[in-house]
This record gives sequence, C-alpha cells and structure tokens, in this order.
Amino acid sequence: MTEKPKLAVYWAASCGGCEIAVANLHEKILDLDAALDFMFCPCLLDTKKKDIEALPDKAIAVTLFNGALRTEENVEMANLLRRKSQLLIAFGSCAKGGCIPALANLSTKEDLLSSVYIDNFSVDNPSGITPSGTTSFPEGDIHLPALLERVKHLVQEVDVDYYIPGCPPESHQIWNVIEVILSGDLPPKGSTIGCGNLTVCDDCDRTKEEKRITAFRRNYEFYPEPKVCLLEQGMLCMGIATRNGCGAPCTKANMPCTGCYGAPEGVSDQGAKMVAALGSIMDIGDTTGLSESEIAGRVDSFLATIPDYAGQFYKYTLASSTLGGRVGR
Amino acid sequence: MTSEKGFEPKIIGFLCNWCSYAGADKAGGMQVPYPPNVQVIRVMCSGRVDPQFILSALVKGADGVIILACHPGDCHYKEGNCRALQRHSMLNLMLEQLGVEKERCRLDYVSAGEGEKFNRVIAEMVQSVRMLGPLLLTPENRAQVICLDEQFTEC
Ligand code: SF4
Ligand code: SF4
Ligand code: FES
Repeated sequence: MTEKPKLAVYWAASCGGCEIAVANLHEKILDLDAALDFMFCPCLLDTKKKDIEALPDKAIAVTLFNGALRTEENVEMANLLRRKSQLLIAFGSCAKGGCIPALANLSTKEDLLSSVYIDNFSVDNPSGITPSGTTSFPEGDIHLPALLERVKHLVQEVDVDYYIPGCPPESHQIWNVIEVILSGDLPPKGSTIGCGNLTVCDDCDRTKEEKRITAFRRNYEFYPEPKVCLLEQGMLCMGIATRNGCGAPCTKANMPCTGCYGAPEGVSDQGAKMVAALGSIMDIGDTTGLSESEIAGRVDSFLATIPDYAGQFYKYTLASSTLGGRVGR
Repeated sequence: MTSEKGFEPKIIGFLCNWCSYAGADKAGGMQVPYPPNVQVIRVMCSGRVDPQFILSALVKGADGVIILACHPGDCHYKEGNCRALQRHSMLNLMLEQLGVEKERCRLDYVSAGEGEKFNRVIAEMVQSVRMLGPLLLTPENRAQVICLDEQFTEC
C-alpha cells in the first residue's frame, strides 16, 4: 500500500480557532483521515518538533500554517515547515495578514513590553526584566524566544504557495480546499483559495438601496433592522471591503462584517478601501453658507463617534497593509 | 524628530485639474517663486484621490502629501471635494494611530485664480513638514513596498 500524503497543521501566534475550524469538519474529518495522513498538529496530536526535524525535506505534502509570526520560535517553525513541506499554505487571517496579533504593530515593541511586564498594576517587577532572548539568573540562564520588532505574516518570512483567508476559515471552505488539493488540479501559485473573488456584500442578502449615512452607529446603541443593509443603518459593516466566501454568517446574525476574509481580489489595503467607501457615503447635511472650517468641523464631529479606525479597519490585515504598522520614531 | 539641518522634504501634491492645477499655473505665471519640494500629480477631481495613493506615497518615500481641491460648492463633479475631505479626515485619524503626524497629510482648497494662495499653502506645507523632519520608516515599513508592487493592481 502506498503511503497517504502527509498533512500538518501548525499554529504560530494564533488563538487556536483555526484548529477548531478543522475539527469543525465534523464527520468529514474521517474522509480527511482516509485520504491524508494527518500527522502533525500540536493542538490535537502528540507529534513533536523533533519528529518533524527527522523527516526528509518535502516529506509533508501539505502544511496548513496558521498564526502570525511574533517570536523567533514562530520564525524557526515557519522555516522548518517550509523545508519539510511540498505545499505551504498560509491558513487563516493571522498567517495571511497578521490579524489580531498584528494589531500590536500599532505600538512599538518597547511600549508593548513595558505595558505588559513593567508599567502594569498587577505586575511586580522591580528589576524590570522583560522576555528578550537570554536572561541570566543566579541559578543559570533562561532562554525564551525573543519578540520580533514587528509581527509579520507568513510570506514576509518564507515562500508561500497559497492563502486561505478567514478568522477562522469557514469549515466548508477548508473542505473545498482539501478536495482541490486531492484532485491535484491546483490554481496558480500565490492564489487565495477557499473563498470567492467578490465581496461579502455579494453574498449578503440584505436589501441595498442608496447608501447615505447621517451618523455612525455601533452595535450596543440599537437593534438593527434585520433585512436592510447594516451599512445603510450606520454600522461600520466591512462587507464592502472584504472578500467573500464565508457566506456572510455575521450579517445573517444581525452583526456587521468585521472584515475577517481580508481585502477583496485586486485591493491591497483593506483599511484604505474602507476609508474610500465610507468617505463617499457620509452625509454631513446641507453645507450651503458654511465656511470651510465649519464644514471641516462637521466632518470631524461625525467621525469622532468612532474611537479606533485603525483597529477597526485593519483588524485582520495590519501586517499586510501598505505601511504594515507604525512608522518609526 | 525635529528639523534636521538641510533637510528638504519630499512632498507629493495631488492637484485637481479644474482648480488648483490651474492655480499652480497661475502661480507660475506670476513668477513668484515657491518651494520646489512638491511633485505634482494632476487628477481630474480631488475625489479621485484614493486613500491608497496617499499610503503608497508615504511608504515609497514621500515625507508629506497635499491634496488641493476646488472650493466647497465648486467641484465639477458636484461632491468630489466633499468626499475627498471626508476621506482625508478619516484617513488622518488612522494615520495618527500609525504614527504619521496630521501635518504630513493636508487638504486645502485653491481655485484657478488663486495663484497667491497656492504659493502660500505650498510654502506652509513645506515648512511644517520641514519642522517635523523626514518621515522615518522602519525596515519593516519599507519591506511592505515589495508586497505592494506585487499586489497593487487597482484600487
Ligand atoms: S455592507 Fe454589510 S450589511 Fe450591507 S450588503 Fe454589505 S455585507 Fe451586507
Ligand atoms: S461576514 Fe465578515 S467577519 Fe463575518 S465571517 Fe464573513 S468575512 Fe468574516
Ligand atoms: S473637480 Fe476640483 S475637486 Fe472635484
């Protein structure tokens, strides 16, 4: 009997949701097991790093790599798995665009370490020790993987064959991808797979009329009308700037899309796309007779209701955005 | 960082064809010198300036970006300048979170007849960015340019 192709699922800086999405294949997981040798997944299986190191190069047919790169360890595992895999797939929004871990890129590494380990009410750390590679103690040295200056997404470190978006990817889309891989009929290298090429709005069945909004409204402020486009009701629904493929479960549940499938095909910066879209549907009312500074003031007070545009619009893609994070000091 | 000695900012100016581009022409015709720091890109309307253009300019080496639009009420496409203002104000809030000072990204109104205003606005812009110093990009910011060129097909 020929050996089944090997499948690995690895997590770097991630939450574990991508593994849950794999487990959510439910009974299909048996089909997966029938077709593939699911042999490495620290969340679910007991294989160790040394077992991977012992494999010949390219021994793994497919690795679904989830998580962003936050530490040296993440980088080491990315390189190891690249070497050992025929196909390395950036699996989920952390590996594809940085996702939540990459929101750290709105701060400097120094600020992060200080607010977690030093300047924090629940921390007592008089000698100001922060995890940074090797730290010496009387009993000996301790080595912890150091933080990178910035959170990276996978392709910033190693060559990536395909991308699967989603936070986490929808299970039915994971299955679609597995089927495509098993069929051997693969799309061009570098493609984003397990998704569509349009936007979430195309999959959302809410009625859309003329988009003009007179104020932004947030989830806690009101109960949105269940059939009308959420954006038209003033919610910052990111469906217009987000790739489709999920089936719009969020808007079906009366919640705005937060953009987890990332920028649509052909758009490089999801945040810029959202700014462009919202900037053209904001309605600040009749401005005849107002001075230029009064008009600017109206716009500013309209915008003031949202406290964190960068966090909102780059929630899933900051690492892969145009700037990638804060500029230098 | 404060003003570096001899630092001359590089500024990208998006000028609307119908107003400020003509205003710049007028300024040129008046023979009043204005700082040569601005590289002008003519657009058909300030509403054409996608926020992506501004981010791309910054990551590719501009120290500042200025958008010059028709005065409110005068846009040839009715509300292009109003959209430009709304986008610009929102983008600036986001840029501040990314460490880019708001003086680096300015929007103003210059009509075809306002050669003097054009000179003044450009001089102010150059001066305020000169005071801020160069936009310091980290190696990580710069690394994004490669991805950008690969991915950037349209807006
Ligand atoms: S903006 Fe949101 S609610 Fe409106 S159509 Fe798009 S996905 Fe649906
Ligand atoms: S609707 Fe938006 S946030 Fe919800 S799963 Fe789809 S892409 Fe993600
Ligand atoms: S035509 Fe000048 S800003 Fe629209």
